[in-house]
Amino acid sequence: MSIRTQTFAPARSRRQPRGPAFSRRLHWIYLAFGVAFLLFVGVMALLEHLGLPRRWIGFLFLVGPIVFYAGIGILSRTTDPAEYYVAGRRVPALYNGMATGADWMSAASFIGMAGTLYLSGYGGLAYILGWTGGFCLVALLIAPYLRKFGGYTIPDFLAARYDGNLTRVIGVVAAIACSFLYVVAQIYGVGLITSRITGVEFEVGVFLGLGGILVCSFLGGMRAVTWTQVAQYIVLLVAFVVPVAWLSLKQHASVVPQATYGYQLQKVIASEKTIQADPAERQVIEIFKARAAAYDARLVDIPAALAVERRGAARRIADLKAANAPQGDIQAAERVLARLPHDVDEAREAWTRARDADLERAKPLAGMPPHAQQFAGDPHGDAAARKAFDDSRRNFIALVFCLMVGTASLPHVLTRFYTTPSVAETRTSVAWSLLFIVLLYLTAPALAVLVKVEVFDSLVGMRFDQLPAWINNWTHVDGSLLQVADVNGDGILQLGEMKIGGDIVVLATPEIAGLPYVISGLVAAGGLAAALSTADGLLLTIANALSHDLWFSIVDPRASATRRVTVSKVLLLMVALGAAYVTAQKPGDILLLVSAAFSIAASAFFPALVMGVFWRRANRWGAAAGMVGGLGLTLYYVLVNQPGVRETFGIATPIQLWGGIQPIAAGLFGVPAGFAVLVAVSLLTPPPSRAALAMVDDVRLP
Amino acid sequence: MPISDLPGPTDAVHDARARHWRRTRGLTAALLLVWFVVGFVVTWFARDLDFPFFGWPFSFWVAAQGGIILFVVLNAVYARRMARHDRRLADDASASR
Repeated sequence: MSIRTQTFAPARSRRQPRGPAFSRRLHWIYLAFGVAFLLFVGVMALLEHLGLPRRWIGFLFLVGPIVFYAGIGILSRTTDPAEYYVAGRRVPALYNGMATGADWMSAASFIGMAGTLYLSGYGGLAYILGWTGGFCLVALLIAPYLRKFGGYTIPDFLAARYDGNLTRVIGVVAAIACSFLYVVAQIYGVGLITSRITGVEFEVGVFLGLGGILVCSFLGGMRAVTWTQVAQYIVLLVAFVVPVAWLSLKQHASVVPQATYGYQLQKVIASEKTIQADPAERQVIEIFKARAAAYDARLVDIPAALAVERRGAARRIADLKAANAPQGDIQAAERVLARLPHDVDEAREAWTRARDADLERAKPLAGMPPHAQQFAGDPHGDAAARKAFDDSRRNFIALVFCLMVGTASLPHVLTRFYTTPSVAETRTSVAWSLLFIVLLYLTAPALAVLVKVEVFDSLVGMRFDQLPAWINNWTHVDGSLLQVADVNGDGILQLGEMKIGGDIVVLATPEIAGLPYVISGLVAAGGLAAALSTADGLLLTIANALSHDLWFSIVDPRASATRRVTVSKVLLLMVALGAAYVTAQKPGDILLLVSAAFSIAASAFFPALVMGVFWRRANRWGAAAGMVGGLGLTLYYVLVNQPGVRETFGIATPIQLWGGIQPIAAGLFGVPAGFAVLVAVSLLTPPPSRAALAMVDDVRLP
Repeated sequence: MPISDLPGPTDAVHDARARHWRRTRGLTAALLLVWFVVGFVVTWFARDLDFPFFGWPFSFWVAAQGGIILFVVLNAVYARRMARHDRRLADDASASR
């Protein structure tokens, strides 16, 4: 107990409001905020009607909410440690639920998930199941006990339960590792949205967004982050649900698509059959197969093929010059020559990639599995189909497991449950959190199906000269989001002629539904709120791990309360700048690494947190070994098997998948290994101290 | 006042606490079982549970709606029942003083 009383003895600030009266005041404040936000959207709609240029509307939608968040941040500024680290522990369950919802739902949930569901159908539901089921583990196994312990950070709990700073340091390293990967992805999302809407450079967008993140967290720590996250939740929910309901109303006269999209799904299934049987679609597929075969032919003798290509390009330039062609054409031909691979290695890489891309597009339904089909392959088919089915089913389950356990281990989410007034309110608060998250997660699969109906039934089969304007707009914005080309030259769009990036599903919904531009601005504001709120929580977690857990607990335990908060703020600023710097380099495989963050968090924290409460015999050495062992195994599996990571570290050993499990679900091995090592080492070493046992008994009581 | 701060863990208080922890574990295990069946068992047999359900194939609906709504209910049940257990513990503890 000594560690606990020593570290967390700040006098409860009596002036701060709490209890039912505080809740009532919050109801009024956020009701007013909701109304003000709707008014803001209304005014924007009016301005659009009066002819304000789109760029200005987009700009106002980014700046308006940020100014508001900044206002909350400034009002919530504090130098009191309990306020800075855990918002004074007086956040009512309902509001902590909203804040957790915003904290949890990142740019990936807001923008990426509906896109993943569009592209992979049932396969994408692993994210829905995993990211919601994880909250059951949070509620049942972790959050109430953390709250009863009542520390500031997750490493605090590990240090108190496992007698000292060994587990604290391991916890700090793991917390920083998974949170930093995650925060870079959030800032990336902020930069993307800001630059798209306002037209500034990506790097400028990153630093503008960083300003938005810092005004919330810098002045007021967890207190400011909490109250801005509640506002951000309201914004992101409205921004996600309104366009979908509107699209649904236009498409099948229902404003609750969540309840009715089953019938739209039937339409998709019927269209999938028609499209697969369409001869024009088959023709497109044959063309892509032929293109891939041409690359294969070149790859047989690369130097010769390269020479042929060079000669051809040079001859074309000569021909153009001889024919006195316009300067533009000649320059274009020169660019073609300059862009040819310079040597054999480069040519092999480029052509292999091009061949794979063509093969990818030569699949039926543009590479998308039938939307409602559970898992790939066929359990009653031939050997290959059976294997595909088994692999796909195993990976789906493994991914669900890792996302669930990872959700229950992410430090920035768990810290939120320190902020409620009591253990009972923490339990209620997890239920509220999940409810608020589910509101959005019920809508995303509906949106994916509605957009698919729109694409399959309206777009496919349309003449190229009659395509709606949004197609043209988005192909110009970014070729990775949308590409259309009349591959077979029949003047009609086939599904195979369209290449879609997942992010467009949410971003273009307003235009697909033919809604006013103001709704596009609203969606951007929602995406920004999702990214900002998550980034705030993550930055705070990293900075507090560095300041509270490393600096004050180990290096300088006698620092005064005010000094602690000041140093935390300085570290927060440094971490934020570091993360923005990394983001501005546009690291390629960051999204893959973010998925791995769940496995990393799961294998490092879950066994130690759960066994710390449910098994009294778990001790310091067992926990430390379990954390290192589980984390080590997960990292090893990712390192050896993830293509991007292999490239970065130049790993040449052959890929060895255990049971065909993809590296994204590495936690499937890391978590059980962590448990096993924790139990074995605990039993081989002396039992935990009396203080640790007293703490276990204490957290088990409400 | 937190129950754990009550003076002197007499035998009766000790028993009450042990009962509370037993009930907590029982409830946790029961709810985890539901969680496991919905999250993993139903999912494992998703291909076989393909019958139509208001337009959706049943297992698609479970993963997209039914399962996650049940998770919310599960959390709410846990919060309510644990609150009741807490009250019983408080009653037991104060009765034995």
